[in-house]
Amino acid sequence: MSVKAGIIGLLLAAAVAFSALAQGFAGLGQEVDGFKNPERGTPFDFPADHGPHPEYRIEWWYLTTNLRGADGQDYGAQWTLFRSAREPRSDDTWNSPQSWMGHAAITTETNHFSAERFARGGAGQAGAVGSPFEAWIDDWKMVGADDLSDLQVTARGQDFSYDLRLEAQGPLIFHGDRGFSVKSVEGQASYYYSQPFYEVSGQIQTPEGAVEVTGNAWLDREYSSQPLGRTQSGWDWFSLSFDDGNKLMGFLLRDTDGDTFTAGTWITPEGETTALENGQFQARALDITDVDGRQVPTTWQVMLPSFGIDVTVEAVNTQAWMDVIFSYWEGPVRVSGSHSGIGYLEMTGYE
Amino acid sequence: MMTRVVLQALLSHWWRRPLQLVTLLFGLALATGLWTGVQAINQEARSSYDAAAQALGQGDFDRLVAQGGALIQRQTFVDLRRAGWLVSPVIEGRYGRGEDRVTVIGLDPFTLPPSAGAPDLSDDNDLAQWFSDDGLIFVHPETQAALPDGLPRAIPNLSVAIGEVVTDVTTAWRLLEVDGFSHLIIAPQQPIGLTPLDDLIPSLERVRPDPAGDIAQLTRSFHLNLTAFGLLSFAVGLFIVHAAIGLAFEQRRGMFRTLRALGVSTRRLVAVLAGETLVLAILAGLLGIGLGYLVAATLLPGVAATLRGLYGAAVPGTLSLDPAWALSGFGIALAGAAAAAGQSLWQVAKLPILAPAKPRAWAMAMDRSQTRLALAALVLFAVTVVLLIFGSGLVAGFLLLGAFLLGAAFLLPWVLSRLLRLAAPLARGPITQWALADTRQQVPGLSLALMALLLALATNIGVGTMVSSFRLTFAGWLDQRLASEIYVTARDSQQSEDVRALLEGQADAVLPIRSTDIRLEGQPAQLFGVVDHPTYEQGWPLITALDTPWAQVASGQAVLINEQLWRRADLTLGSELALTADWALPIVGVYSDYGNPEGQAIVAQAELLQRFPDVSTLGYAARTDPAQVEALRAALIDIGVPAGNILNQAEVKTFSLDVFDRTFLVTAALNVLTLGVAAFAMLASLTTLAGLRLPQLAPLWAMGLTRRHLALVELARAVLFAAITWALAVPLGLILAWVLLAVVNVEAFGWRLPMFPFPFDWARLAIWAIVAALLAAALPAYRLARIAPAQLIKVFADER
Amino acid sequence: MLLTVDAVTKTYPGDTGPLTVLDAVSLSLSAGESLALMGESGSGKSTLLHLVGGLDTADAGTITLNGTVITGLDDRALAELRRTQIGVVFQQFNLIPSLTVVQNLAFHARLAGRLDETWVNTVSERLGLTTVGARYPEQLSGGQQQRVAIGRAIAAKPALLLADEPTGNLDEDTADTVMSLLVDLTKEANTGLLVVTHSQARAAALDRHLTLSKGSLA
Repeated sequence: MSVKAGIIGLLLAAAVAFSALAQGFAGLGQEVDGFKNPERGTPFDFPADHGPHPEYRIEWWYLTTNLRGADGQDYGAQWTLFRSAREPRSDDTWNSPQSWMGHAAITTETNHFSAERFARGGAGQAGAVGSPFEAWIDDWKMVGADDLSDLQVTARGQDFSYDLRLEAQGPLIFHGDRGFSVKSVEGQASYYYSQPFYEVSGQIQTPEGAVEVTGNAWLDREYSSQPLGRTQSGWDWFSLSFDDGNKLMGFLLRDTDGDTFTAGTWITPEGETTALENGQFQARALDITDVDGRQVPTTWQVMLPSFGIDVTVEAVNTQAWMDVIFSYWEGPVRVSGSHSGIGYLEMTGYE
Repeated sequence: MMTRVVLQALLSHWWRRPLQLVTLLFGLALATGLWTGVQAINQEARSSYDAAAQALGQGDFDRLVAQGGALIQRQTFVDLRRAGWLVSPVIEGRYGRGEDRVTVIGLDPFTLPPSAGAPDLSDDNDLAQWFSDDGLIFVHPETQAALPDGLPRAIPNLSVAIGEVVTDVTTAWRLLEVDGFSHLIIAPQQPIGLTPLDDLIPSLERVRPDPAGDIAQLTRSFHLNLTAFGLLSFAVGLFIVHAAIGLAFEQRRGMFRTLRALGVSTRRLVAVLAGETLVLAILAGLLGIGLGYLVAATLLPGVAATLRGLYGAAVPGTLSLDPAWALSGFGIALAGAAAAAGQSLWQVAKLPILAPAKPRAWAMAMDRSQTRLALAALVLFAVTVVLLIFGSGLVAGFLLLGAFLLGAAFLLPWVLSRLLRLAAPLARGPITQWALADTRQQVPGLSLALMALLLALATNIGVGTMVSSFRLTFAGWLDQRLASEIYVTARDSQQSEDVRALLEGQADAVLPIRSTDIRLEGQPAQLFGVVDHPTYEQGWPLITALDTPWAQVASGQAVLINEQLWRRADLTLGSELALTADWALPIVGVYSDYGNPEGQAIVAQAELLQRFPDVSTLGYAARTDPAQVEALRAALIDIGVPAGNILNQAEVKTFSLDVFDRTFLVTAALNVLTLGVAAFAMLASLTTLAGLRLPQLAPLWAMGLTRRHLALVELARAVLFAAITWALAVPLGLILAWVLLAVVNVEAFGWRLPMFPFPFDWARLAIWAIVAALLAAALPAYRLARIAPAQLIKVFADER
Repeated sequence: MLLTVDAVTKTYPGDTGPLTVLDAVSLSLSAGESLALMGESGSGKSTLLHLVGGLDTADAGTITLNGTVITGLDDRALAELRRTQIGVVFQQFNLIPSLTVVQNLAFHARLAGRLDETWVNTVSERLGLTTVGARYPEQLSGGQQQRVAIGRAIAAKPALLLADEPTGNLDEDTADTVMSLLVDLTKEANTGLLVVTHSQARAAALDRHLTLSKGSLA
């Protein structure tokens, strides 16, 4: 999920309507004076590491949920808090170089609702704390146990809201080499761990009304200072949960010259992980959908030959476009083929 | 085909009389031009008010404000956000002093609603600097030209309102030395299921701001004033056009008859004539729009200075082309031509084929209409009286003026005729006798031009008297009000303490100046806190007061208010004025406060500071021996006060009077222009009449008067007309001045002024009127003096 | 001799070269004498009248009035001549519309600086204008207006009275009356009278007749 690293600078940039901020973060692959870079083999320190790392440029708390309503419909819900730093320091003044951005969305089979929030650091309007664990922007909250095993997640926008209870059914898992996740052949990397074993219950509300929901959720935590290669133009990120209990995270980084870089993690029901080398995980677009004039691949063939995976991944709702200042596609998917299941798909760079 | 022939015949008239054509076109163009110019200025001002309302960080949003104008705490903003409300903080305040004073607007780009317009930071350095401790500001290029000292790097940006500085909230806090927000913008779209604001934060008030409305309200009188001037100019111009078109129709009466006799139908004739008028109106309209642009472009910098000086409203000094006023100029040119030609067309439509040739019929009709006009004048005077007794408000004031002036103008021909008839027996020589008698006969032909002259002169005297009275009062008031010898603004609160210490040691008395912006009676206002010092009791001019007002104010138990607030809110002495939600004090006095558009109140300083602990504490006034002012200034500069922040009494007075003078520059310019139009009206009338007058002048020439002699008589006649008209304009102007001072000013500015006569100005105006008349008569007179005898002889031979 | 015209020539620029209106015309007139100048339209009789009256200037020849050569005088001197020596009566009467009959009658005399109230009254009486003295010209008939014009000229006691078709706008009866009044009054005032007319009947009332044809005396 390092792919999301690239988005954050751009998102924040455009978000505050400073197109220069975008330029300022455009060279995310470059070394930046003062910021720390992830190092292989660094042990995590929980619960402190569930909180923010101001000495790294970017960071997020990224939750995606596949839900089934009492009405029998499939739903997806997203809750994301991004942090971006102009300088590797933090203070609680309004001049703090830390910035925050939130995205929230609900995808139904026929509709997609999204909202975004921005905040400067230091003001208290947004932030995160490792213990007692809380991540928030405005009234959007992710709060709960210090080991993230039990969370309450809320968000609302102009036309939707949700209130979800998350209980972890397995351990945290670590991507790459014990959480050190490489993002390109040049060696860009991030710290990356997940909690993919949540069971969810709660309520969502859309203009169609309030619905009780249950399902599964996947939380990504990632932070870095130089996550993307200079020529990488977009990515396609998959988090799939198969009916047999195995899970697969995989992403495809597209280069401007047509090259691709893939990586991923195979996760057993017990939480044992296998890091996937470049090229092991394969994804191929099968069908293109027109989303407000943009050509977005919403049906994919995903293959992982070493684990016997050859599945078709289809969007629950092909129009799950995040209509925020820096927009992208993000929504729930259904999996069929050699294995069946559910999952989430994020795609950027289809503007 | 027939139409073309008819048109050709009709147009040949203009070909033979190019000057008359020029008169007509230029008259209409002038009228259109002045009107369009004034409209363009008004339009520009209005759109800049709108632009200010739409400018960066402003937007048309509901706001949350604290009661009594207090600042909103940072935590309040965070609490509201964490309750889900999409609000964005704004801090506003004034920075710098005098000419260069700007309004600093601090924004939070993170929470600003997208439609509020955030500044463009598409440069890495700009972005970094915006959030840095130094900060970055965005200003309109016009503001950038004269920014006060101590501001961060400025980036020019056309979407910032003039006189405003847009920056980050943190930068604004530092510049303004405050902490907190003036208001919170409420985004129009809010999430679902929020707790109502009243439950969350009852101390804040949700208001629907109308930033354009506030300024529009304040400046309404000014624009109405301009519009009135524009209408006046247009009316004066219409007189010209009416005269020129009437004459052209009259001169072609014979041709109309011939055409009718040759089988051209009345309908076709009228249609062709209407078409001709339309073409002329279009040509004149184009010319007029060009003229209007010139007028507006020339006057706009003055208007901008006026609006800024008088109302604090920022308007750019450069004009942008707007099709709206150009179209309105066209419309008014067409309407004017139609109004001027309507009567003549009607006459043509009713013209009998065999009507006898009556070259002077037009003038005779004018003669008959003298009585009708006089009766209309009486009606207008009656309207004036009714408005004076029952009318109220600014519009009524201007209507009153309009009815009165128009009435006086309508009465003019009748009065002139009577005066000349009365003067006839006084004539000694035959030439004087003839000249007087002839002059009386000229009244109908010249009456339109003379009415225009009367209006222009009366307006000049009236407005001039008003402005001069105002200036005299203002200067006297400044002398009283600016009692302190030196005024200092410290750079920051640290320096403020040093300044106070220094002044306390070296000056006779220190009078700290403390004020805050609040709302009184629903209007923006300032609240001043003063210390107990005899300076105020001795020098501060009060219009009306209860016993010992200053002692009562010093005790913290009373408030003084300015005249504007007093008149606008219709307050009475002794009644309570609510200063904040929980603070009301009885009014014990009213003071004059010229030049200030807003309401103002004065309370004890201790009370002010207790209730508004955040007010700026930088300003001081000090009493000292005038001989010590320079030494004190040097001492202040020694402790680091910028020289520009130290003003002595004389400088403040000069500055204030300078602002005053610039304020009325536009009025003066329009005065001159109106007089110019009136002079042109005379020129037009005299030129067109010159041709008609030849049969009357030729016999005199035949009887032994030289052409030069006749020309001199013509000049003398013009001077006589101007002199009589001026003499009538003086009382008229004085009445106008009285209405302006006692009715319009009170409505427009909120203060009433005493009236002073300025006979010297009137005398100067008399000279100008005579010069104008001489200039107007010069060309026809010159042509008469140089006319070929054959032309005169032809008069005797022509079969008429 | 009151008036001597000696070889006077007048040329106007025309479309096809200079147009000679008067070609070496000579004539003379004594005080109190009346002379009819006759001729067809365009024969130059009005031009001759204008030259004699100082309204126009000759190209060649001399005109002498009361011993003064008036050809070659400047504008100012010509104006004085017209004011003090000449009286003019035109076909269109050319009264001053803003003055009453009485004021019009006295006007030229006052201009000339020799107002004789008795003489003005006599003239007014002889012309039958006493009852209309307070009226304005536009309130009079054509015959009355022409009488006022004649009265105005004679009241100033000019040495020479010039009349250009003075009865041209009047009916036959009125024309007769007006013409005999003109002749009688000039005789009384010992004023020379030069009348331009195309009417034999009018000319008959005068002492002498001359006929102009194409710029020359017949």
